[in-house]
Amino acid sequence: MEISTRAIWTLIHGMGFGGLYLLACSWIIVELWRRYAPDAGIPVTEREERFLKIYLNAMAVLAWLSVLTGAYIVYPWYRALAPAGTANLAGFPQLLLKSNPATSAWHSIGMEWKEHVAWLAPISITMAAGVASKYGGALKHYRQLRNAVLCFVVVSFLAAGIACFFGAEIDDHAPVKGGSIIHVVNER
Amino acid sequence: MSARETSPSVVPNGSGAAAILAAGIGSFVLAVFAIAGDKIPAFGKSMIFYKPTGPLSGVTTLAIIIWLAAWVIFDRSWSKRTVPLTRISTVALVLLALSLLLMFPPVGDLF
Repeated sequence: MEISTRAIWTLIHGMGFGGLYLLACSWIIVELWRRYAPDAGIPVTEREERFLKIYLNAMAVLAWLSVLTGAYIVYPWYRALAPAGTANLAGFPQLLLKSNPATSAWHSIGMEWKEHVAWLAPISITMAAGVASKYGGALKHYRQLRNAVLCFVVVSFLAAGIACFFGAEIDDHAPVKGGSIIHVVNER
Repeated sequence: MSARETSPSVVPNGSGAAAILAAGIGSFVLAVFAIAGDKIPAFGKSMIFYKPTGPLSGVTTLAIIIWLAAWVIFDRSWSKRTVPLTRISTVALVLLALSLLLMFPPVGDLF
């Protein structure tokens, strides 16, 4: 059993940072709603306030790691150009997708959308972390502020979901291949 | 006094408004730059900050710089003030919605 270093980086980018961010997002949306819904009368302790700040900051770190590894490590392998006359495009995912009308939309819509919309996630969640760090529990006094923050968090969830979905599908149709091979298990 | 007991009059809403508006501006600028990078070859070429990543490197780097600069500038101006949050958050959310719309390739391709 073996795996390439490029496949490992794709996993770290998508399932590691991206997938974990999506999971984290689902909890934060529920938690923000639980705390700040119009009829929520739940007391929030200082410890919970601290945890929320740390959690949002950790989410911001995850989101940035996801887009940065995507844009600067995995994406260059995806968009690599094949030398003239290359018949087998297996190592060139973008060209492979574009070479077939049945798969070209995974690039023209999927990747073109994903590569930009994904950046809304770190921008939105960094803003949310900044507001939570600044206001803490006082946020309960600012209905419009927390509603706007919640909208941005929901959009970051949506953006990350779009990016993760297309990332997974594109990798399914034209996986990033190459790099050195790591032997995980050696068959006897 | 703990943060939870802080009243709105003690903590002005300016910093929060600055963060929200800057995020809206950053998102919108990112969408506009993405379309411009795709539709205007000279602009796209000028956005190649890191060749293996192509124009995406410049588009995102510039948008992030503009977002952070806007955040710092607004925060410096508003951090000690109470600002009209309804209007500001509406503008920010409209910018965010527009950026989502513009980033969808069939919409971006209309330009």
